[in-house]
Amino acid sequence: MVLPEWLAEPGLNHFLVVGAILFSLGLLAVISRRNIIMVLMGIELILNSANLNFVAFSRYGSLSLDGHMIALFVIIIAAAEAAVALAIVLNIYNRFGSVDVEQISELKD
Amino acid sequence: MAEHIIESIYRFLPEIALTVTLVAAIVADLVLKERNRNVSWVVLAGLGVTAVLVAGQSGWNVSIFSDMVAVDPFAVFFKAVLLAAGLLIVLFSMKSRELEHNSTRIGEYYMLITGVIFGMFLMVGATNLLLMYLAFELTSISSYVLAGFTKSLRKSAEASMKYIIFGAVSSGFLIYGISLLVGVTGAIDIYGVRDALQAGVEQTAALYVAVVMIIVGFSYKITVVPFHFWAPDVYEGAPVTITAFLATASKVAGFAMMIRFFRVSFMDSGALATHGFDGLAATLPWSMILAVLAAITMLAANLMALWQENIKRLLAYSSIAHAGFILMGLALATDEGISAMMIYLAIYLFMNLGAFYVVMLVANQLGTEAIADYQGLGHRSPFLGVSMAIFLVALAGFPPTAGFIAKVYIFGATISAGMIWLVAIAGLATVVSLFYYIRVVRNMFLVEPLESQGPVTFDSASILIMVLLLIPVLLLGVYFSPIVAWAKNAVTMFGT
Repeated sequence: MVLPEWLAEPGLNHFLVVGAILFSLGLLAVISRRNIIMVLMGIELILNSANLNFVAFSRYGSLSLDGHMIALFVIIIAAAEAAVALAIVLNIYNRFGSVDVEQISELKD
Repeated sequence: MAEHIIESIYRFLPEIALTVTLVAAIVADLVLKERNRNVSWVVLAGLGVTAVLVAGQSGWNVSIFSDMVAVDPFAVFFKAVLLAAGLLIVLFSMKSRELEHNSTRIGEYYMLITGVIFGMFLMVGATNLLLMYLAFELTSISSYVLAGFTKSLRKSAEASMKYIIFGAVSSGFLIYGISLLVGVTGAIDIYGVRDALQAGVEQTAALYVAVVMIIVGFSYKITVVPFHFWAPDVYEGAPVTITAFLATASKVAGFAMMIRFFRVSFMDSGALATHGFDGLAATLPWSMILAVLAAITMLAANLMALWQENIKRLLAYSSIAHAGFILMGLALATDEGISAMMIYLAIYLFMNLGAFYVVMLVANQLGTEAIADYQGLGHRSPFLGVSMAIFLVALAGFPPTAGFIAKVYIFGATISAGMIWLVAIAGLATVVSLFYYIRVVRNMFLVEPLESQGPVTFDSASILIMVLLLIPVLLLGVYFSPIVAWAKNAVTMFGT
């Protein structure tokens, strides 16, 4: 099979496009999902799309190892955020008996 | 290299003192018996030591830890403001009845507060893009926990959930924007970004996306419409002390980071103006974007505030509206605008904390947050009523209070920058804001209390804290030259 020219040699743009798609999918999950756990997974996608960008810029751009380092830090932050988020979701489940965002809306105008 | 690190550590002492305070709070919580009182005193002492160390930094203008953090007059100004907020919040918390129900976990509360202040210190000083993000997340993640601290209450649980979802998404926007900015410019600190922009970048489209996403990330922190949706819900559900903290200190730190980012990276270079995006749009008008955001924020928040029945929600919309007024200063892209922002932020801190303190005292005594229940409060407790009236008049921006001075300087800076339309909108928004501030005052004084409602009294410590808040609000309204001089002097940032 002969690969088309734009696919034969993966470059910076390919990774950036994948990153942008991941970001959009994550945002879509946050907006459209009703289960909080799914929303949190969308947030993870958003953070990982940024990581992909950092590593791609590091590999193809002028960033040297800085991009890898930043990606590591972002992974750690994402883990910390997920831990806190899950604790909050657990508390929500204990109070409301549900993890559906639309049912948890007692505070409103 | 070793000398640089040793010197950096010496210049990093306030932050180190905060870290020690944080550890001391944990240890005190484990060791001491009478937990509530003692941990708060430990934190107060730690913040006091930090204040002394920050005072010793005045006049410094250096960059430490290989351009990670700047210690300059700008950072010192904001550190002083944040410490004032931190000290007052700890004092509030000692008086809060809401927190007494959770007194077994109160050590964690003070520990998290210290952690947030540490994160804010990094936010105002950070010059490295990664450190900016880390500091942003340090304050955010601690705030999520604090918003849900009274976890047995449904509204508090809901507040923390809404906060973390909105917060995490906007921090995702911020880091994605930073990733593009880093990739396009090849720099990881704001000085490198500025140099790269001055040399000119080729992928302008990516740069524009990056700047817009970074604006979105910051806008969430400082509650700019249309990224404010979390604020009213979180402010209503969180404990009053935390609401006051989020509405003041968190916003001050967010503004400080935003000002430094735009001031150093963009304002001097004019890079976006000279290296336009070929054919599509000549420049990315980031200052016009900010001006439009400010205008929308002022109008929308003040209109939404009109029909609020809960006082915390009302103050939430009021604080969103104030974010709009403050953002005008950054949209001007002048040093005068930035010093006006700094004056506004310092004054805003005291008047808003004062209003929240009254709300907390009323919630302690009467167990209510509804504006309707404030009826006749001026008769039941004249001191509380007059104090609240002063804070609300200050928030509305009337002389002789400090709120007037804040508005005069920010409006003046906007006029001298030639943005007359923005001042017109701000004036209109101020008029709208009068209605809801005066509605509360009218309810307190012109409506008689019911027969069954007796006088309300407070202990002397509560009154002392109130006086501590009233003094700056009234004094800065008539004797404002020191703070103005300080703010004008503190526009100096390292590397500009």
